[in-house]
Formats: sequence, C-alpha cells, structure tokens
Amino acid sequence: MTIITRRQALITGLTGSGLLLAGCSKIFQADALTESASFQRVLAAAQGLTHGTQRLLLADGELAREYKPSDISPHFKANGTLNPGGEDYDRQVAEGFVNWRLEIDGLVTHPLSLSVAELRRLPSRSQITRHDCVEGWSAIGGWTGVQLALLLKAAGLRAGARYVVFYCADNLDGEPAKGGEQSPGQYYESIGLVDALHPQTIIAYDMNGKPLDVPHGAPLRLRVERQLGYKMAKYVRHIQVVSDFRGISGGHGGYWEDRGYDWYAGI
Amino acid sequence: MTAATETVSDTEKRRTRTPREVIHRHAWPVRLTHWVNALTIFIMVGSGLNIFNAHPRLYWGQAGANFDKAFITLDAVQTASGMRGRTTIGPFAFDTTGVLGVSREDGEQTARAWPAWLTLPSYTDLADARHWHFFFAWILVVNGVLYLSWSLASRHIQRDLWPTPTDLRAIPRSILDHIKLRHPKGEAAKRYNVLQRLAYLGLVALVAGMVVTGLCMSPGVDAFAPWLLTVLGGRQTARTLHFLFAFAIVLFIAVHVTEVVLAGAINEVRSMITGRYAVPPEHD
Repeated sequence: MTIITRRQALITGLTGSGLLLAGCSKIFQADALTESASFQRVLAAAQGLTHGTQRLLLADGELAREYKPSDISPHFKANGTLNPGGEDYDRQVAEGFVNWRLEIDGLVTHPLSLSVAELRRLPSRSQITRHDCVEGWSAIGGWTGVQLALLLKAAGLRAGARYVVFYCADNLDGEPAKGGEQSPGQYYESIGLVDALHPQTIIAYDMNGKPLDVPHGAPLRLRVERQLGYKMAKYVRHIQVVSDFRGISGGHGGYWEDRGYDWYAGI
Repeated sequence: MTAATETVSDTEKRRTRTPREVIHRHAWPVRLTHWVNALTIFIMVGSGLNIFNAHPRLYWGQAGANFDKAFITLDAVQTASGMRGRTTIGPFAFDTTGVLGVSREDGEQTARAWPAWLTLPSYTDLADARHWHFFFAWILVVNGVLYLSWSLASRHIQRDLWPTPTDLRAIPRSILDHIKLRHPKGEAAKRYNVLQRLAYLGLVALVAGMVVTGLCMSPGVDAFAPWLLTVLGGRQTARTLHFLFAFAIVLFIAVHVTEVVLAGAINEVRSMITGRYAVPPEHD
C-alpha cells in the first residue's frame, strides 16, 4: 500500500461513515415511512410495551422523587399557553378567581362543583417535584393542592370508570391537528385511574407557597408527577370521569395526543 | 472458530497469485447482532438529534431550562446580518451558521439545532422522532441482551475481547501501528489487537451507558429507581451524558469504518456478512 492509497482509504472511510449517517434517512425513505399510517402503527407497538413495562415497575404506587426547598428552580419555565385570555378568563383574573368553579362529573354518583376557596378548605398535600417537559428541559417547583383521589372518592366512581379527563380554559388553536381529524384547539388531557388515584396526583392551587400565577395555570392545574409536563393540564375547570375517551375531541385523550404525542407519557 | 483451509508454503507462488488462508472469523450471532445494531444506532442517532432539536441546550444537575446556565447550546441568534447559528460549549462560542443552529431546510435558512440531513425524520417533529426513538430503543436493548448473553456464554467476550496482560503491554506498539496504518498480518490478523479489544468493549459500555442515561430521563423509571438519578447526578446530567455518549459512539463509527476501509473493505465486510475472512499474508 502506498501513502496515496492509504490517504484515499482514510478519506473514503471518514466520508463513508459521514455519508452513512447523513444518507441513512434518505436510503430507507424515513420521511415517507414516518408519514405512512401503517408504519406508524408498527412504531406504536412500542408504546404499549413501554406502558405495560412501566405499569409493572410502578405496580406498588412508587412515588416520584421529592426535593428540598433549596432545590426549587429560581425560574420555572412556563410553556404552552402563557395566558388563556378571552373575556371570561380575564374577568376571572380580575376577580381573583372567586367565581371559578371546578366541575366534577361523568361516571360519578355525586357530581361536584367546587370553588377555589372550597378546595383550599379540604385536606391538602404539598410536594416539591421535578417537572420534565417532553422537549427535554426540567424545572423543580413546590406544589400544594387537593389529592385527586380525595375528590374522586367524594364524587364516588361509578362502574365502568376508567379515565379521568381534564378540560381547560386555554385554547391553542394555532396548532393544527395531525392526520386530518381536526380537533378544536381547546386544551384537554386524560389519565388512567392508576395515576388519578396516585397520592402525588393533585389539583394544585399553590406554587412555591403562592397562589398559582397565570403563566403556570391559575387558578388550578393538574400535577401527575410520574409523567411528562404535557399531561399536567393548566387552567382546569372541568373534570369528567369516563369509560373511554375516543369520542372526545380528536379522540386520542389529549390536546397533544391528538397531534401525535403518546397518551402514556411516562417516558 | 474453524481455521486453515488453504496454506501455501512456496514463496514464489505467493508472489504471483496468492491462494490465501481463509478462516471463519465471525460467528453468526455476532454477525446478526452487528448489523441489527448498526441499523438501530443510525436510527437512534438520527431520531435522537431530532428530539434534541426540541430543546437544543444541555445542562448539569437535576433541573435546567432556558433561564439556567447551559453547558452546550446550539441556538439561532438574530444579528445585524440576519439569523446566525451559534454554538456554545462552556465559555467558547462559535458561529456555526449553515450546519448547527441555523441551516437550510426546503431551501430556506431555518432555526434548527441539527440540520435536516442529519435528523430523522428530516423535518422537525418531536412526536414522530420519539416514536422512532422509543421503538428502536426496544430493538437496541433486545439485540444488546442477545449479543451479551451469547458472547458471555460462548466466552467470545472473555476470549476475543477481554485484553490479556500481554495485550495491555502491547498498547504503545499497537498505537504506533495504528498511526502508521500498519495492519496485522498472518497469525496476528486472526485475533483482535488490543486497541480493537478496548474499542469494542468500550462500545459495549457506551451502548449500556446510552440505555441507562436514556431511562434516567423517563419520569416513570425515575419513580421506580430514584437511586439511578442519584448515582448519575440528576436528570439533566443524564441527558447531557446521553448526548456525549452518543457523540462518542459516532466517533467510534467514524474510526471503525475508516479502519475497515484501511484493512480492506471487501474482505472485512464479507467477514461480517458470511463469516469468511481471508487472512492477509505475512509478506506482500
């Protein structure tokens, strides 16, 4: 081997591996595959596997890690809707949310309608937890609120209850829904009963010792500490217990789920 | 492994036409898991870079978001001369317009950390990239477990990868050989040299590290095993390490492919497909 061919070999090897990496998605038509519904169904098989595995790992109701007050992030990033706006919400802000009602209905024996003040009089839970956004960032915040389990117990679950749906006051209508099934831009979310009855799942009204501010979901937001941030609906005003969420909005159980994100957000 | 089908004693003959010694180099489980792993890692890197684009900043510690001090950023910044890509690593900042931070997508300069030609899918879509990533993560894990169990049971790791004391003493010479692009021949070519052994073991460790740091980013797994985060130093540290390990794997691939070309691409690639490897003769 002469020096020239060695150098050629070196160049071939380096550019070859670079091209492999770069051309990889071109070679097997990754974009076309991604857009094919049948291929998406193949990929979706992994979601069931991940969900099932995490259910097994978390079968004993393990708690998400709780942090010390000194760990609280100095700036907790607010994401998604920063202010729902609109005549009704703006008036509620001006009134200090005294007329905000949280409705709880659906498959329950006693539908409830609670004011923020009434919620504050119920037993509370405080927790300092890490909020992980699907985008990749994290922030630590302190939350105080009523355990959802307590509210659901008071309302009484009826036979067939499987999911808890949260309807919010914010509308993100700028984002189109995926796959043609346009759902209205109203934010909503849903969780299963395992998470709904988990001790750290709370309807929070305080953040870091102060009433929730508008960017972080005033006056009420959901905390589901073992899942990603998009599950933690802000500006919650209606909780509905259902057996199936397929008939609701885009049918995938949440605003982001209707736009391709996984319903189970434990990863 | 079975060896020696043909040998030639006559030096003259060897000069004219060399009927080479052909050995069976790689067992089928190694060959199969190698190619599954190769494809999977390309998909994981491509989809991983797309996921990274959703928040192109890396931090140390438990938490980290835009207001916090980042260790690496791949941002787009508005300047007097338009939008520029700016990469920062610690205190150093670089203008990386065209590749990192700002690059062309559908003919237009677009703010995106990694360029379209490196990400999977090429367009920025966190939901789709996550679907690819978490499907192939399972393949990576299953394939890795199969490889490791076979390799330990058949003593492939103990025999072929784990360096012997003699190997370790030969590190300086092996480094020199690699720098001079001098490849082992004859008997020496039938076994992995010490740098190969360390590189392959290193890759196994890196892939294991990818899986662990990847799982640490899952809030579900964190609730199951909070000690993992304590060991690693936090969720954002895990995310940063996940990225750095991936970078190390890409570096491995570049060196690996280069060495394959240098050592004789056809012979090397064939040995990883059919198992048959022609031993380079002692003198050429």
